[in-house]
Amino acid sequence: MESIKDKVAIIGMGCTQFGELWDKGPHDLIVDACSEAVEDAGIEATDIQQAWFASLVSGASGARLSSAFKLPYIPITRVENFCSGGSHAFGNACYAVAAGVCDIALACGVEKLKDRPGGFAYPNPEPFDSSKIISELLPANMFAHIAVKYFHENGWSDEEGKRILAKIAVKNHHNGTLNPKAHLHREITVNDVLKAPMVVHPFGLYDCCGVSDGAAAAIICRADMAKNFRDDYILVKAVSFASGSGESRFCDDYDYVDIPETTIAAQRAYEQAGIDNPRKEISLAEVHDCFTIHELILYEQLGFSPRMRGGEDVNAETFALTGDLPVNCSGGLKCFGHPLSATGLRMIYEVYKQLQGKAGPRQIKNPSLGLTQNVGGMVGFFNAAVLIFGNRN
Amino acid sequence: MAGIISYGTYIPLWRLSRATMGAGRKGEKVVAGYDEDSVTMAVAAGVECLKGFDRQSVDGLFFASTTSPYREKLAAGIVATALDLRREVLVADYTNSVRAGTIALRAAIDTVKAGTADQVLVVAADCRLGAPGSEWERKCADSAAAILVGKSEVISEAGHSYAVCDEMLDVWRSEEDRFIRSWESRFVAGQGYVRVTRDAVEGLMTKFGLGAGEFSKCVIAVPDKKRQAELARTLGFDPSSQLQDSLLDSVGDCGAAYPLMLLASTLEKAVAGDRILLAAYGNGSDVNTFEITNRIDNLRDRRTIEDYLRSKKMISGYTVFLDWKGLLPHQKPPYPLGEIAAPALWREREQNMRLYGGRCKACGAIQHPPQRICIKCRAKDQFEHVRLSDKTGKLFTYSVDHMEGIAGLPEVVCVVNFDGGGRIDCTMTDWTSLEEVKIGMTLEMTFRKLYVREGIHQYLWKTAPPRKRD
Repeated sequence: MESIKDKVAIIGMGCTQFGELWDKGPHDLIVDACSEAVEDAGIEATDIQQAWFASLVSGASGARLSSAFKLPYIPITRVENFCSGGSHAFGNACYAVAAGVCDIALACGVEKLKDRPGGFAYPNPEPFDSSKIISELLPANMFAHIAVKYFHENGWSDEEGKRILAKIAVKNHHNGTLNPKAHLHREITVNDVLKAPMVVHPFGLYDCCGVSDGAAAAIICRADMAKNFRDDYILVKAVSFASGSGESRFCDDYDYVDIPETTIAAQRAYEQAGIDNPRKEISLAEVHDCFTIHELILYEQLGFSPRMRGGEDVNAETFALTGDLPVNCSGGLKCFGHPLSATGLRMIYEVYKQLQGKAGPRQIKNPSLGLTQNVGGMVGFFNAAVLIFGNRN
Repeated sequence: MAGIISYGTYIPLWRLSRATMGAGRKGEKVVAGYDEDSVTMAVAAGVECLKGFDRQSVDGLFFASTTSPYREKLAAGIVATALDLRREVLVADYTNSVRAGTIALRAAIDTVKAGTADQVLVVAADCRLGAPGSEWERKCADSAAAILVGKSEVISEAGHSYAVCDEMLDVWRSEEDRFIRSWESRFVAGQGYVRVTRDAVEGLMTKFGLGAGEFSKCVIAVPDKKRQAELARTLGFDPSSQLQDSLLDSVGDCGAAYPLMLLASTLEKAVAGDRILLAAYGNGSDVNTFEITNRIDNLRDRRTIEDYLRSKKMISGYTVFLDWKGLLPHQKPPYPLGEIAAPALWREREQNMRLYGGRCKACGAIQHPPQRICIKCRAKDQFEHVRLSDKTGKLFTYSVDHMEGIAGLPEVVCVVNFDGGGRIDCTMTDWTSLEEVKIGMTLEMTFRKLYVREGIHQYLWKTAPPRKRD
């Protein structure tokens, strides 16, 4: 089995403003993200040979993408993997380019949540339960289960645990203020987080990400062609996916302090990219902070912090914009927002811009390797994605 | 021979202060939770009654109620399935009268005597609605009681039975009525339950040559405490020593369940040799007599009515009560609801209604919902059913949803590890305070109403802290 490392390059990306975009439909978001990507790559839309389109509730079938962006008669596949559709659309486009079945491909993810009642993507009941009556595992509940258990295992009181999580929200809010495309632009304090209205114990309002509209898109090509389009193309170093089959749902030995799908995807990604010490080698990471606890356990699962000791690195500000390993420079799901199928590609957009040195006021110093981690699903059945990117040096 | 071999009761956790229903009103009223109805309460009483008994040995299930969830659809079938009784069970709904409980009991005794069944479980439950502001609203309580009738090893031998039928328009509820209706109360009592119940008891005494002095207890299930005493006195009983406490002040009038609730309360304190007379009214009257055997002492582990009454939680106000009874208009929820698919519900009835998990015959791992392929060892189609509804468990982790709370309460969603293996994600109901919700707490499973949508009553097992026993 070969690694995908250095076989595919990103030559253009686009991302819309994220937020409550009442005046934009899914078509507008697709056109805006794809137009920016094509323009950034310096190609024509007609140069695109194949496309992958991610959407959970904002457009069925690949034709949704071509009907908006006008890509006549090319093969387009719709990808749906809950909140990780964007990463999977991108990854499958990479596989096609690496396989040599096309030279230039487009991956686009869009979600128009604010047209849905309450911003909910789909009904409450457990999606894999065909009788639709198994208990309502809303995302906040699932991650709260992890938070409650994580606090318990660490011997933290609710207060201690919530204070650690609050620091993550404060960091991501700060980063969001530096990102014009982010949904939320507001500095907050630890006290703001602790005093916020309770959503799902132990999460207050600021522990939860934004429910947003948005789209993002990437143009990729064979790595050996990339220099024909631009000098600062970005190389794909790893594309790694893992889907759960219920291990942590059905087995009473699963401990609810991590998401095994992500740990496994990360191990495979590091193997593909040849990374031995992620904490030292990764320059920045965009991770799936749908709820603050998730970012905390991800520090550990991605090998940035020792197991059950992510809190120490939070206190040391390791993951701040100015820290050793900035995480969620973009503002994260927390502030950039979370239009489900767009999020994976939006994360790649941030890493792409950072590796090119074009991230404006939130630009970090001399990054060489960036990681994105995106996940969709529910406990036991997560679809985890870990991707790694590097600049040409 | 036939008699009672077990009994069990169920009284919901919730109480409404009667003061909220009118100035000067005293005491509390027992109210079913937002996720309870006559079917779920019947299951709870049935579970209590069958504690220590083999469910496979139950040959019949008679459900008695005036508040069955459906006008057409067997409620006894839902109860029998949730209780995980075997498929070849004789089932019947006894309904349309508060006498349905004793009608079902008499039918169960006769069925066993006739030899067509060895064991019949009678479960009676009611949650009758009085119009807001009415006397009925203040009096009616929601509860359930179960009696297991069998042919041998009885705790109480069935003696004589006697019944009269007496037609009159005293209390009724038509197809169109949401609430109980009744004629003038002195007519209802004087020409109704007092006269008819007296006639029935006297009829029994005359027919079998019995006297009031031969009974240790008389249970007179008519819906008024003073009238009970008056009737007892008229019939030659000494109300102070022989009349069973009416429970009307503590539990309330729980309709079809009321006579069986009173019978259960008598059994709780009965000793070998006691003779009991049970009379109940509803467009006629049933009278049955019982004699306690020394096996009564084997059933002292039952949750008592006192246990249930001590473990309680107040409903925060009258409007919450109205809301739980479905009497307040509601906005459509701001999120999409799952679709209802009868074929899927039917296919998955064993995992949902019987709460079966699958135990892998190859590696022993218990999984819920049951799988085709074992997550541990990959063995395919090598599962045997394991009933999880009667297992206790420990809270492994949880969350408390304050936004999507249910029926005005925060919703506790949790992961429970069953004692003996297996795990379930489910909702916790009937917690008394959020402070008691702690990792490691002991939990049991309870059959509840998940929703009523488009007239469809959907049930599912939830978890709850065990009702305290002192």
